[in-house]
Amino acid sequence: MPSNNSKSNKNRELWVFIEQKNGTPIRVSLELLGKGCILADKLGADVAAFFVGQKITNQAQKLIYYGADKVIIADDLVASDYRTEVYTDIIVTQALKRKPEILLFGATCIGRDLAPRVAGRLSTGCTADCTQLDIDQEKGLIVASKPFLGRNVMADIICPHHRPQVVTVRPGVMELPAQDKSRRGNLVYANVDFKEEDIKVKILDTIKSETVGVNLENAEKIVAGGMGLGDAAGFELLKELADLLGAEMGATSPPVDAGWISHERQIGQTGKVIRPRLYIACGISGAIQHYVGMINSELIVAINKNPKAEIFDFADYGIVDDLYEIVPEIIDELKKLKRAPSH
Amino acid sequence: MNIIVLIKQVPDTTDVKLDPKTGSLIREGVESIINPDDRHALEAAISLKKAEGGKVTVLSMGPPQTIDALSEAIGMGANEAILLSDSAFAGADTWATSFTLGKSIEKIGRYDLIFCGRQAIDGDTAQIGPQVADYLHVPQVTYVFEIEKILKKTIIVKRRLEDGYERVQCNLPALLTVIGELNVPRYPMVGKLIDACKEKSPIKIWNASDIGVQANDVGLEGSFTQVIKTFAPKFKRQGEMLEGDARKVAGTLVEKLKENKLI
Repeated sequence: MPSNNSKSNKNRELWVFIEQKNGTPIRVSLELLGKGCILADKLGADVAAFFVGQKITNQAQKLIYYGADKVIIADDLVASDYRTEVYTDIIVTQALKRKPEILLFGATCIGRDLAPRVAGRLSTGCTADCTQLDIDQEKGLIVASKPFLGRNVMADIICPHHRPQVVTVRPGVMELPAQDKSRRGNLVYANVDFKEEDIKVKILDTIKSETVGVNLENAEKIVAGGMGLGDAAGFELLKELADLLGAEMGATSPPVDAGWISHERQIGQTGKVIRPRLYIACGISGAIQHYVGMINSELIVAINKNPKAEIFDFADYGIVDDLYEIVPEIIDELKKLKRAPSH
Repeated sequence: MNIIVLIKQVPDTTDVKLDPKTGSLIREGVESIINPDDRHALEAAISLKKAEGGKVTVLSMGPPQTIDALSEAIGMGANEAILLSDSAFAGADTWATSFTLGKSIEKIGRYDLIFCGRQAIDGDTAQIGPQVADYLHVPQVTYVFEIEKILKKTIIVKRRLEDGYERVQCNLPALLTVIGELNVPRYPMVGKLIDACKEKSPIKIWNASDIGVQANDVGLEGSFTQVIKTFAPKFKRQGEMLEGDARKVAGTLVEKLKENKLI
């Protein structure tokens, strides 16, 4: 490991793009600082957090606590909203100057908008939506692994001849590092040179999801139902379970198509891709269309009458029973727990 | 209004398997379709053309059978289509693909809007849109789920984010990538499908020399990234079945949730 509290100043750099919301770094960016440290160590490089926004400088120290050796800061009014062209120009200008080996982005809406554009401008390769990263120490390359074509194929991808090697990484797959408040690092200020009137895109409004409905993608727990519920009323039972767990409700596509539950709760290929800590699948068979949306869940519980249901192949805990027998019992247990003293 | 739509033909399932011996993809017996998000891009372009007037040109890079996807696009109401097909294009990564598409769009000439689907179900990269936009030096708006207004030189759209959405105003020409929420794609019309097969078919085929690129700038040779290994992933799932009567099982499950600090 790099020495903990002395300032590091190596020539090679691995950059982590720090996505922020209202100035606060989002979780995946911190996860990537943690992974970035491990990779940079194998590569003999420094980890630089690349931090763009407005009035963000007060958060820079936190990035050092999370593992950055330096923080490259672009703090400017013009960068207050994420805009592709502004952020691309800022990153590309610095990349041409500092020539980082590797650029990591979270595979978020912003990361997946920005990373390919940055890579395109720098004429280098970009590997999207990876779930594993390692360094080939012999070649000094990052090996990025990603799933594709659904569940059956993983691919290891490299970018051997062009720099930087750009990779986007799925949120939630890398571990969140612990903060180390003894760490010290450098702040580097990047010049931002934009005139507002030259920018081709304006953000007119930003509307938060409280007003637009559910946000399954960020839900920590989800209770979902499939056709095994039998009818729309089944979701009322699941709602009771979800409320006791503090969970969101989800569904496969057939109940949505049948009008039992709203479209925004659909999980799977044509719906949302979720990564909760807990996923409880009730009356769901586990077809591929659903699987691709939920397989990143941390802990999967499956309840299905049919012992041959595919969902049991990828559940952590399986219960072969009628959900109308078992779910009320779970609800009872949870209620008992609530009534009991909390410690 | 001149509109270009970029589409991809993909296998009709995400459940393609690996040949255990060769490690390559088994595509036999799998039907090909227009990538689902791209169908929404086509619908957006065609309905915009109906409202504003103009022309829709569809562009796709792929093997000769990609002509089926382009015929379907003509059937839906696109005016013309171009198939980029050349053995030199094969094996392209997103950079080489974007370069090839970018060169072709330069050859097509004037355009106001380019529509793409958010991502293809076979690769899930979502990179072609931004990279084509960068090649052409036009702004991009990704994850578009509503087109609010088109003015002479700008467009106002809504863009989906993880925790809500943004209303974005963007100068034209621009590239938009769209998601399924945007619209319900129409079905192709038989009469127009027949047009696509006629002698004077509105589908052209361009190869590497037609768009003025060298073989080593496109396809596998022009790619910056390399797939060095494909493999079947291992799943670390506990796969424990909880057995007993409903009450006992419920109790065990709640214990397990407690152990995992989920309640």
